[in-house]
Amino acid sequence: MATTVSSSQETENLPGIVNGLRNLFEDPDFQAVAEIKRASGKPVVGHFPVYSPVELIYAAGIHPVGVVGAGNQIEIAHADSRFQSFVCSVIKSTLELGFTDRLQIFEGMLFHSICDPARNLASVFKRNFPDQWVEYIHFPQNMVTEGSLDYLESEYRRILARLEDLSGKKVRNDDINEAIGKYNRARQLMRDLYQFRREHPDILTTKELYTLVRAGHILSVEDHIGLLEKAKVLAGKKTPLVRDHIKVILVGSFCEQPPLDLIFSMEEAGLDVLDDDFLLGRRWFTEDVPDDGDGIRNLANSYRDRSVIAAVKHDSRQQKGKELVDRVRRFGADAVIVSVAKFCEPGLFDYALYRKALMEAGIPHLFVEFEEKMWLFDKIQTEIETFVESLLLD
Amino acid sequence: MANAAKESQEPQSHYQGGFHLLQKELMNDYFDQMTRAAEGDGPPAVYLLISGNPVELIRAFDLLPVFPEINALQIAAKHQSLPFIQKAEEVGYSTDNCAYVKADVGLWYQDGQAPMAKVPKPDLLLTNYVGCNVYLHWWEHLAELSHAPIFDIDIPFIRTSDGEPRAEDITYVVRQLEELIPVFEKVSGKKFDPDKLTEVMEYSKETGELWAQIKRMTVNRPSPFDAYFDAVTMMGPLYTLRGTKEGRDFFRDVLKMVEEIKSQGKGPLPEEKFRLVVEGPPPWPYLRIFRDMFARWGAVFVASTYSTVGGLWEFGFSHDPSDPLRSVAMHMLKWNLTNRNFLQRYQQLKSYVDEWGADGLVIHSVKSCRLFSAGQGDMREYFARQVGVPTLLVESDLEDPRYFSKAQMRTRIDAFMESLEHHKLVGLHT
Repeated sequence: MATTVSSSQETENLPGIVNGLRNLFEDPDFQAVAEIKRASGKPVVGHFPVYSPVELIYAAGIHPVGVVGAGNQIEIAHADSRFQSFVCSVIKSTLELGFTDRLQIFEGMLFHSICDPARNLASVFKRNFPDQWVEYIHFPQNMVTEGSLDYLESEYRRILARLEDLSGKKVRNDDINEAIGKYNRARQLMRDLYQFRREHPDILTTKELYTLVRAGHILSVEDHIGLLEKAKVLAGKKTPLVRDHIKVILVGSFCEQPPLDLIFSMEEAGLDVLDDDFLLGRRWFTEDVPDDGDGIRNLANSYRDRSVIAAVKHDSRQQKGKELVDRVRRFGADAVIVSVAKFCEPGLFDYALYRKALMEAGIPHLFVEFEEKMWLFDKIQTEIETFVESLLLD
Repeated sequence: MANAAKESQEPQSHYQGGFHLLQKELMNDYFDQMTRAAEGDGPPAVYLLISGNPVELIRAFDLLPVFPEINALQIAAKHQSLPFIQKAEEVGYSTDNCAYVKADVGLWYQDGQAPMAKVPKPDLLLTNYVGCNVYLHWWEHLAELSHAPIFDIDIPFIRTSDGEPRAEDITYVVRQLEELIPVFEKVSGKKFDPDKLTEVMEYSKETGELWAQIKRMTVNRPSPFDAYFDAVTMMGPLYTLRGTKEGRDFFRDVLKMVEEIKSQGKGPLPEEKFRLVVEGPPPWPYLRIFRDMFARWGAVFVASTYSTVGGLWEFGFSHDPSDPLRSVAMHMLKWNLTNRNFLQRYQQLKSYVDEWGADGLVIHSVKSCRLFSAGQGDMREYFARQVGVPTLLVESDLEDPRYFSKAQMRTRIDAFMESLEHHKLVGLHT
């Protein structure tokens, strides 16, 4: 299948490929999605952050697209009369995409139980776009009962039936297992690249890694796998940058995303990012989902027992602060950057836990707030520079 | 000017009616129990949340239910919330986090010493996750602070077009409640006694039915009480004492009192000039001032969504003593405001406007509670444009006094009431 990526022949180095990719996701008109739709003949369903079971969408013969608002690419003209000033930007910009008819190429939108505004957004979508397929997944929040497995399995079966209604395709278990296999491959490649950056943050930059992952929100999984495989090879050929940076773990940016240029500015301000939670939903599982047996049951089981720690998933078996401290030590990081989207209540709550744990462990951290719609990054950049200097001179 | 004339008449509302005094007595007893428990002389304390609360199960084990939301709102109503909130902000909580949580965290750092009671530390943190996502964070933080055991009851949200919980949702919740029983046995040191639970459920059933009757009385003209400012008085006993004889007796007494007020053709104000419906929690730090801003116009709230957070008895729910766990599950899944989706809330408000005969809708948008507030601009759009009901949206907070601008609030309410008065005069909306 011809897409923007596989047809880009002009550059065979990673920075060149990365530069060619940003149009994919910085385009509020989703032209790449329209092209994929035209070429594949598939209907398109947008999935809101954080995690979405894309395998089910894919297995139903639908092209899944990650819709994470509109970044700093559009003005909010209508949605801010529906959602108040104290609601985060990604809620409003996603609604604005709807009000400005930019989601018309999407047959459906899928929302998840991540926070109160996102849940209400699903309802507001239903009311304002009555012809669109709008669904909402309630993910389990009790991870220690066997019942949550049966429950999530039934929830996935309900969503699958709704997806089948949309595409007209009857999904077999084999279709789901095939989808799991493909997304496993993409996730494994992303895990590999994350590990490569952890070992060589001076070679594979965070801006590059982010772009490679984010492309998966738009591309077909097959093309994303192709891209990641190529990136893995090309990353090994890059020469290291010489720079005086501190090693950090970045947390708090799992839903609304900072503009790519802000990520670049933060890195340039002196950060070697060893780990982050950007686009966490794409990298949700800590290991492969089994791709034989009952696909839906396996997806549910992996959600409960083999998924990452996240602000939007409550698991009384885990302690977020402790896990972060452990990760800092395991990866040999110097510090933590807590980078939270303005008004993101899950992220802001987690910060209080992180702050306590990091202070008790004597690990320096910096808290910054960002908005997807930012254009000027000097304030955050200065904060990070000052923080980096204070650590380097210590 | 009409405004100047009204200045001299305020405030018109009176608060010390029979049920207010009775409530105060009962709540003081409850707070004394909390203090005694905090001092080591009382049953183990179970923290739980208001929305669709399963207090029956706690009562069945003679445990003490503690509602941090009630503690937070009591602190706010006594105008003492700010130092508690600021303490939490000192330790890393954002100005944009729910201020109920912050007041409660601040209270933790004050060793539980609240103005009305000393709050016991939790022996069990029961997260009845009924709608509000912040609940999950709040209890997670309390678990970190207290090291108390935590039990999450996950309640699937209403998300299908028929507005009903799915059969699998019900099975899932009942199963969690079954798993909760041995946890309660351990915390209380008591063996589960099904007869005791049945007895608690009987009291709950009657209490809920009485409450539903009381709530329905406000369809009368004049409304015998204010379904916002007076209803919140009754909500304390509805949660803390539901499932007990004292709780049941309180609601019997309130019903009698309200019936008497009704038979005398009286209401909370000398004259009911406007009937309003209100959406959203009240501004606890400025409750009386807020009430008087409406009272001076002769405006009575005849229905409120906030008073249905704990349960929707007035729309037909009743606890079923013959099937306790399923009944408690249904209460949490279906029969409360917060586990229903936003559009179901529009429908509830619309039925209030229609059946209770309201002149207008007031949306009190609180920053703290995004479960309530996120998207209320869309709600206003629906009511003002599609339904054609005069609608006012005002913003403040339920706990943080810094978000209440008295002058601005009053200006907006006055402007709205003047336009409603005009509507009435020209017969635009009756």
